[in-house]
Amino acid sequence: MSGIYCAGWKPALPGIGSVAWERGLPARKPLKMEFCKRLTYLPLGHRIVSMPVLLQQLINGFFTGSVYGLFAIGYTLVFGVLDILNLAHAAIFTLGGLMALWLTTSAGLSIWIAFPLAALFSGALGLVLDRVAFAPPRRRADSNLSGLISSIAMAIIFESAALSIFGARTVRFPEGIFVNRVWHFYSATVTSLQVEIVLSALILMFALTAFLKHHRMGKAIRAVAESERTARLLGINVDGVISVTFFISSALGGVAGILYGLYFDALAPDMGHSIELKGLAVIILGGMGSIPGAILGGIAFGLSEVFTVALTGTSNLRDAVAFTVLLVILILKPSGLLGRGRVREA
Amino acid sequence: MKRVFAALALILGLTGIYSSAQASPKEAKIGFAFSMTGGAAAYGDMQKKGVQLAVDEINAQAGQDGIKIAPFFDDDASMPQQGVNVFNRFIAADKVVMIIGPTLSNTAQVTDRIAQQSGVPVLGVSNTAKGITDIGDYIFRDSLTEMVVIPNTIRVAKEKLGIKKVAVLYGNDDAFTKGGYDAFKKALGDSNIQILSEQTFAKGDRDFAPQLTQIRSIDPDALIVSALVEEASGIVSQARRLGIAESVSIIGGNGLNSPALMKNAGKAAEKVIVGAAWNAASTNPLNRKFVEAFTAKYGSPPDQFAAQAYAAVYIAREALGRAGSTDNRKAVRDALAQIKGLDTVLGKFSFTEGRDADHAPVVQVVKEGKFEVFGE
Repeated sequence: MSGIYCAGWKPALPGIGSVAWERGLPARKPLKMEFCKRLTYLPLGHRIVSMPVLLQQLINGFFTGSVYGLFAIGYTLVFGVLDILNLAHAAIFTLGGLMALWLTTSAGLSIWIAFPLAALFSGALGLVLDRVAFAPPRRRADSNLSGLISSIAMAIIFESAALSIFGARTVRFPEGIFVNRVWHFYSATVTSLQVEIVLSALILMFALTAFLKHHRMGKAIRAVAESERTARLLGINVDGVISVTFFISSALGGVAGILYGLYFDALAPDMGHSIELKGLAVIILGGMGSIPGAILGGIAFGLSEVFTVALTGTSNLRDAVAFTVLLVILILKPSGLLGRGRVREA
Repeated sequence: MKRVFAALALILGLTGIYSSAQASPKEAKIGFAFSMTGGAAAYGDMQKKGVQLAVDEINAQAGQDGIKIAPFFDDDASMPQQGVNVFNRFIAADKVVMIIGPTLSNTAQVTDRIAQQSGVPVLGVSNTAKGITDIGDYIFRDSLTEMVVIPNTIRVAKEKLGIKKVAVLYGNDDAFTKGGYDAFKKALGDSNIQILSEQTFAKGDRDFAPQLTQIRSIDPDALIVSALVEEASGIVSQARRLGIAESVSIIGGNGLNSPALMKNAGKAAEKVIVGAAWNAASTNPLNRKFVEAFTAKYGSPPDQFAAQAYAAVYIAREALGRAGSTDNRKAVRDALAQIKGLDTVLGKFSFTEGRDADHAPVVQVVKEGKFEVFGE
């Protein structure tokens, strides 16, 4: 797998392939000349990526991006659709993952039971968050800003609670809690968990889109997003609708946290930090309020990150490049990849 | 966002948890600055536990000279700025005779200068970056630097595994992991082992697949990792999942010497080779007693951070006894510098001329979820 070199063929440019060639390393799988010539190289300084590496990197970026997308679809319900910036979403993401861990380890439940329970728990946290941080200032004119600050407060409280209950150490789900098969095809590696993550992202994306479009509650959410006052006049229970939105959004945040924990084998009270800004960027990149946009934006973000790391050999530039991509896309298409281009008054 | 958290953490730190103790004349006030919050909280927690155990033991059997230790704990929040606040308070308000800590080398680079200027001895227990003890003659450490541990690890690994070409993956935004990388690079050069590729990551990264994919494609004999255990566990498990075969040894330094490696990386941690200052399985009776007492008290085994912190309290105790004073900072400094061949959980312990730790390092290998001695 790692030994696919082209015997007797010297790459035109110096790079990983040529390093192997010059050192006369054994080619475990000698490939045909014809094929060797078709190997694609991405030249960038001395780092050159051959086809099998490129394929694996595409897979890496696609799956990491799907995790970002999963995080962002819950986020975008509240941020993109309702225009409320909830900075405690990352904390709920963390607590969802840690709750599932607690249910599987201390309570001894199977992951298949712990998963929905932890999602419900996260949803319930969302309700608390809405009641405590967002509902009280809603009646005031500057409700968005004070809600934002209250959500930071809630994020700190949630995170401190996680720190004192679960400790600071990075923990993981017990090994063998579910079967994670590893598939190899054409020198690339894919695990069944990765496939499950992509499937969950896609299913949730379609389900949420359909829900917002056709379901009564979905329509109510959109009505509230359009104008709270009009929705109230039409007899919609605005506070109820916002609560439901928070519940769904936070439950999805919890789901993302569990899958993130399973995927990276790492859960910690601070795991939300690395993803919270990315979540916002992904939403804006994909287009405010667009559910498919969140997934697409996530994948675009994941790919740009992975290729930056692969080509530079360091993760220092990763975020800078990803956010540059964001800026460039916003300059070319201010409404984001799948944005509707609608302008709403701030 | 981070700033907001940092500011709030600072305020909480200033007003919140702060334990103090009243010292009687025979009690030596020692300040312990560890990271209880922030990025290094997991290490600070182990250090505090190790210290607490040692202080309890020492105070319970205060010998003929009757010296007891009054510990002052405070949180440096994994941040140099907060470390400065803590050191200033220890020195000016609490009037401690010496300070043990801080957790991170990054913090020590700043705080130890303050202690040096004020003439307060500092004993670092986890600072392994280059140049810490060069700050001045009041700065000591009992943590074996990577410059000692790593060449030994590479020598043993080359002898036993015959590695010729390696890939290196390290954290380049942290003094400790960068220092580890420098030591590896030098040791590899000295052993004529070729570095095929160097890749880096940043603190807090969870996804190492891009770097590992590049490394997989160049087919090294071994993967050298300079990381703290949180990142190292992710690297090890993702490397194996990506299909980097078990025949490609993963070799790491002090940062990987923690039971958390096996806990978080699971089966993937098998055969990982870890050079370290301290071995949990060491048959040294002092060490056995320590591991048992620690496990009994806290319900989980100690790691190297706990062991080095524990040893530091005994080293401090020895210095206090030799100095014959519980408040003369100069006398305690001079007594510390005299310590040679002291029996500790780390082995026979001495300070070098440069006030660095001197004791025999070990090389371990993970076997069935436990560290075993691989070679010396």
